[in-house]
Amino acid sequence: MQKKRKIAFYLLLILGVLLVVGLVLLLCMQSGQIAMLNPKGMIAAKQRGLLIMASWLMLIVVIPVFIMTVVFARKYRASNRESKYRPDWDQSLSAEIVWFGVPFVIIAVLSVLVWRSSHHLDPFRPIDTGVQPLTIQVVALQWKWLFIYPEQGIATVNFVQFPEKTPINFHITSDAPMNSFWIPQLGGQIYAMAGMDTQLHLIADEEGEFRGSSSNLSGKGFAGMRFKAIAVSDAAFEAWVDEVRGEGEMLDLETYQELAEPSEDNPPAVYRLGKNDLYDWIVMKYKMPM
Amino acid sequence: MFGRLNLEAFHQDVIEQGADLMMVLGAIFIVALLTYCKRWTWLWKEWLTSLDPKRIGVMYIVVSMVMLVKGFIDALMLRAQQMISVGDSHGYLTSSHFQQIFTAHGTTMIFFVAMGLLFGLLNFLIPLQIGARDVAFPFVNAVSFWLFAVGAMLVLISLAIGKFSATGWVSYPPLSELQYSPGVGVDYWLWSVQVSGVGSLISGINFFVTILKMRAPGMTLMKMPMLTWTTLATAVLIIFAFQVLTATLTMLSFDRLIGTHFFTSDFGGNPMMYINLIWAWGHPEVYILVLPAFGIFSEVVPVFSQKRLFGYASMVWATVAITLLSFGVWLHHFFTMGAGPNANSFFGIMTMLIAVPTGVKIFNWLFTMLQGRVIFKTPMIWFLGFIFAFTTGGMTGVLMSIPSVDFQMHNSLFLIAHFHSTIIGGVVFGFFAGLTYWFPKIFGFTLHERLGKWAAWCWILGFFIAFFPLYVLGMMGATRRLDHYETAAGWQPLFVVAAFGALLIAIGVGFQVLQLIISIKQRKENRDATGDPWNGRTLEWSTSSPPPEYNFAHIPEVKERDAFWAMKQAHQTHNTGKYEDIHVPKNSPLGFFVGIFAFCLSFGTIWYMWWLAAVGMIGIIVCVTIRLCDDDVERVMSAHEVQHIETARTRA
Repeated sequence: MQKKRKIAFYLLLILGVLLVVGLVLLLCMQSGQIAMLNPKGMIAAKQRGLLIMASWLMLIVVIPVFIMTVVFARKYRASNRESKYRPDWDQSLSAEIVWFGVPFVIIAVLSVLVWRSSHHLDPFRPIDTGVQPLTIQVVALQWKWLFIYPEQGIATVNFVQFPEKTPINFHITSDAPMNSFWIPQLGGQIYAMAGMDTQLHLIADEEGEFRGSSSNLSGKGFAGMRFKAIAVSDAAFEAWVDEVRGEGEMLDLETYQELAEPSEDNPPAVYRLGKNDLYDWIVMKYKMPM
Repeated sequence: MFGRLNLEAFHQDVIEQGADLMMVLGAIFIVALLTYCKRWTWLWKEWLTSLDPKRIGVMYIVVSMVMLVKGFIDALMLRAQQMISVGDSHGYLTSSHFQQIFTAHGTTMIFFVAMGLLFGLLNFLIPLQIGARDVAFPFVNAVSFWLFAVGAMLVLISLAIGKFSATGWVSYPPLSELQYSPGVGVDYWLWSVQVSGVGSLISGINFFVTILKMRAPGMTLMKMPMLTWTTLATAVLIIFAFQVLTATLTMLSFDRLIGTHFFTSDFGGNPMMYINLIWAWGHPEVYILVLPAFGIFSEVVPVFSQKRLFGYASMVWATVAITLLSFGVWLHHFFTMGAGPNANSFFGIMTMLIAVPTGVKIFNWLFTMLQGRVIFKTPMIWFLGFIFAFTTGGMTGVLMSIPSVDFQMHNSLFLIAHFHSTIIGGVVFGFFAGLTYWFPKIFGFTLHERLGKWAAWCWILGFFIAFFPLYVLGMMGATRRLDHYETAAGWQPLFVVAAFGALLIAIGVGFQVLQLIISIKQRKENRDATGDPWNGRTLEWSTSSPPPEYNFAHIPEVKERDAFWAMKQAHQTHNTGKYEDIHVPKNSPLGFFVGIFAFCLSFGTIWYMWWLAAVGMIGIIVCVTIRLCDDDVERVMSAHEVQHIETARTRA
C-alpha cells in the first residue's frame, strides 16, 4: 500500500516536471513572438521596463514566501519529531514589523514609480521628439476599424500605415459598442467609446508590421476586429499617400453610412476622404438629440 | 399570452440540445428516485420548508455543486474552441454561441458557485462557531436561498428556452442595451443576477446581525474565531456593495424595458457611469468571496499545525483594512478609459496598498506552521496550492495596478490568468479545503483521504498548466473572449497546453466525484462519533456531528479565543446536565413560494409575459405579508426531548 502510494506520487511529480520543462522549452522557442517583451516603439519599451522593474521588486517578497512554504512544510511535518514544537507561540513583534514593513517599503517605491510613470506615459500626452507628429483618427465600427488621415485626406479600413520615428497622435472614438484600441508592440491601449474622443500617442522606432486589435468585447464579429499597423520610411509613406489619393474610392457621408453597417472580417481597403470633418461628425452625432 | 415567447425560442443547436437532454434526463431521474424511495414528504418537510440554517446551508452547497459542474463544462468548451479555431478552421462553435458560453461561465462561477459555496458554508458554520442556536432571521435566510436557487434556475433554463447573454459577465453597455442586444439573453442575465443579488444582500444583513447580536456569552469581538471575523467583514461588504449592484441592474433593466437612457451612448445616457457603478460593486465582490476563504485557511492551518493561529490581532486588522480599502480601488478595472494620470495613479496606489494586509495574512499562516506539528491532510494540500497560486495571482495583480503597465495588460489573457489565480487559487481552493475540513461536521462522516489528495494534486497541477500559458499568451497580445485567431499569431501551442491543463482539472473533478461516492459507501467505517475528528479548536467541534437542530443543548460560555481548545485543555464541558426547553423556528413553505413567485416575475418579464410577472409580484407581496402577520413561528422542544437526543448521542 505504502509503496504504491509512493510510486503514484513520483509519477505525478515526473508528470509535473515534464510539463514545466515542456512549457519552458515552448516559451524559449516562441520568445521572439512575445510582443510585450519585444517592443518596437518607445512607449512599449518604457512599459516593458516598468513591468520588469516592478516584477523584480515584487519577487523580493514572493520568493521568500515560496521558500518558506516549502521549508516550513518539510521541517515541521508531524512525522518529524526532532523539530521544535511550541503550540502556544503566536506572536512576535519583530516578525510582524518585518512583514508589515518590507512590503510597505516596496509599495512606497512602487507608488513613486506609479505616479511618475502615469504622468510620463499618459496616453493623452504628446510625444516630443522634435519631429512633426502625424494625426490619425480611429473609428471603431461593427466590426472593423476605420482610420482617417485628416491632413492627408485619405482613410483606410483594417490597416494603418505611418512613417517610422514619427510620433502618431491617435484620436479614437466609436460608432458602435465600446472597443479598445491596442497595438502591443507599440504600446497600449485606450477605449474607443461612442460620443467620446480619447487619445493615444505612440511611435514606431523602426519599420515593420505589427498586430493590432480590439481588446474589448463588442459583439458578434469581435474576434475579427484586428488590423495591421505598418511602419514604413518617410518616403514610402508619402508615395503611398499619393497613390491612395489617386485611386481610392471616395469616402463621403453616404459611403460612410454603408461602411458603418455591421459586417465581419472586412479585407483592408483604402479611401479618399470626401468629408473632412467626418470624425467630428461621428463624435458629435451622439451628443445631439436625433 | 406568451409575450415574445414562441416556438422559435425552443430552436437550439445540437450542443444545446445535448445539454437540454441531459437536464431533462437528470430531472426525470431525480423525480423517479424520489418517487421510488417515497421521499417526497421527507424532501418537503426536512429540506424545502426547513428554516434550519444547517439544512439551508446544505441546499446551498448542493445547488452550487451542480452549477460548478455546469460552469466547468462551459470552461472545457471554451478551451476546446480556442485550441482548434485557428486560421481557416473556425472551431465547432459560432461566435455568438461562444460568447454566450463565456458569459454563462463567468456568471455561473461567480454568482452561483462561489457565492453559493460561501453562503452554504457560512449558514452551516457561523451559528455553530459563535455558540448560537440559529441565525438572527431564519425566514429571511430561507428567502435568500430560494432567490439564489431561482437565479441559478434561470441560467439553466436559458439553455433550453431562448438564448443567454453574449455580452460578458458584467455586460457593459452600450453592447448590453436593446440597440445592440435585442434578444432575451441580456434579460436572462439581468434577472438571474438581480434576483440572486437581492438574496445575497438580505443574507449579508442576516449574518451581520447574527454575528453582532447572537454570540455566546463571553465571546467578545477579539475572541471570535477568524472565520467569524472574515464573515463579519464580508457581511459589511455585501451590505454596502450589493445595493449598488441592485440599483445598477435596475437602471439597465429600465433602459431595456421602458426606454430610459441611463446607459445608452445617445440621448444623454452615459455607459461610462455603468462601468463605474458595476465595479463599485464588482471590486468589493471579489473580497466578499476571498475574505471567507482566508477565514477558512485561518481555521484549517492552526488545527492541522496543532498550534495557535499566529498573529490573531494583526489578522483581524488586516481583514478590516482590506474591507475598507476594497471600496477605493474600483477604477483599476478601467485605467484605459482615460480618466487621466492623477485619478489613475490614486487608484493604482490604493490597489497596491491592499497587497500589504494580504501579504501579512500569508506570513501569519506560514508562521503558524513554524514550530508546529503539521499534519498534511487534504485541507493542508489545498492550502499549499493556495499559497503558490494566490501569491502569483497577487503579484500579477500588483503589476497590473501600475496604470502604465495595465495599458498593455488590460483585457488580455494575462488579466484572465491573474484573476483565475486569485479566484481559483484563493476562493475555490479555500472552499474545497473548508468543505473537506467541515464535511464530517455537516454529514457525520469523513471524506476518503487518499482520493481527496489525488483530487487536490490534479487540481493544483492542472491549474498551473491551464493558466500559466495564459500569462504568456496575454503578453503575446492575445485578448480575452476571442472565438478565433489567425495562424500567424503563433498562439496555438500555448492554447493546446492550456486545454491539457483544463483536462487535468477535469480529472481532479472526477476524483472528487469518486471521493464523494466512495465516502458515502464507506460512511459506516468513517463515521465521526466524537464530533471532533481533527482535534479542533473552535466551538463547532464541541457538539455532535451532524449537530442536533438546536446546535447546543447548553449555550457554551466563552472565556478565551479557541474556546473549545481551551475547554479541552481544562477538561471542562459546557454540559451542566440540566436541560431546558429550546425554541426552534417552525418550518415554513413561504420561502419556497417566494422563490416560485420570483421565478414567475423574472421569467414573465424576460419574455414580456406581463400577466405572469404580475402574478409573481403580487404573489411575493402576499407571501411576505402572510409571514409578517404570523406570530406563531416557533416550536418548543421540551427539555425532555432534548435530554433524550443528548443521551442518545453521548451513548453512541
